[in-house]
Amino acid sequence: MTSSNLSMSILRRSLRVLAGAATLGVGSVLLWQARAPQDLPAPLVTGEAAITNAYTLTDHTGRTVTADSFAGQWQLVFFGFTHCPDICPTTLGYMAQVMDLLGPDAEQVTPIFVTVDPARDTPDVMAAYVEAFHPRMVGLSGTEAQVAEAAANFRVWYERSEDATAPDGYTVAHAGHIYVMAPDGGFVDVWLEGDAPADAFAANLASLIQSTGNSS
Amino acid sequence: MKTIAIAFLAAALPGLAAADVIVTAPWARASILVSRPGAAYLTLTSDTGDRLIAVKTPAADRAMLHGTETDADGVSRMAHIEALDLSPGETVTLAPGGMHLMLMGLAAKLEEGASFPLILRFESAGEVAVDVPVLGVAATGPEGEE
Repeated sequence: MTSSNLSMSILRRSLRVLAGAATLGVGSVLLWQARAPQDLPAPLVTGEAAITNAYTLTDHTGRTVTADSFAGQWQLVFFGFTHCPDICPTTLGYMAQVMDLLGPDAEQVTPIFVTVDPARDTPDVMAAYVEAFHPRMVGLSGTEAQVAEAAANFRVWYERSEDATAPDGYTVAHAGHIYVMAPDGGFVDVWLEGDAPADAFAANLASLIQSTGNSS
Repeated sequence: MKTIAIAFLAAALPGLAAADVIVTAPWARASILVSRPGAAYLTLTSDTGDRLIAVKTPAADRAMLHGTETDADGVSRMAHIEALDLSPGETVTLAPGGMHLMLMGLAAKLEEGASFPLILRFESAGEVAVDVPVLGVAATGPEGEE
């Protein structure tokens, strides 16, 4: 894998972010363990190796999918929820813009939106969302346990918090990163909307795609 | 303390000429499902200083000012802001990733190309009404800024 200076600096920053998230995440890992089944992966410490592209979820067409379903494609993976009116549509719009900027290379990329609120974000809801943003976008939902497992594997922190002023009385705080996963499923790096313009993200992805050739 | 002082002044000086608050560049994102909250954004400026205390719109049951706080780890949380202080001459912009007006209980989907009225109530300036154009689902700023 070759990376530009830009992607290396983002990777280095990402790893610092992840180290911080791991420190913060102790409480939430305990929370997951308290409410999720025993088959959760053991918590890992930190760093690139800790991020695992592994899940079993239901896509927006109702099909059961795993990370292997997207093998051979570059994947942009974002965790959010549809009751989130600000950060989530902003990030999904950013991902769609990156896809458009990629031109023909976009055929080798699948943007994936995973809900952290599966109780409300059914496959039908996810279908409405992903179709509104990009024709190649995939929406993934599942059971609470399946989503918790997916988030744990990606080291994505999220937490439901009660909020009387929010719809249905709760909101979900969550990490807003976009994970770049290689066609072999390996973690490459992580981007955050607002940290880099869409064209910088697209240029970085294009160089990654060029570096591996048009194999897919 | 500041709250009390301003409230006291406002109460003590009801005859004070209403100060103007300039509301510019309002916009909202089109909604995908009517059951999901919408978001609207705008820019506020007050020459004399003021305080935004309430927002309402016929487009939704409730409109509330929310701040999105993203910490160093990229974790975003929304926080309800009860009142927003405007310092004299300072421009406050509500924008994606920062503050937004959350519209809950939409009367209908916010359709791209449509617009809806929004009424902002300020402590000194009173009510200011603006017409909010609805932009696309992936819009990131007001018309003409992209």
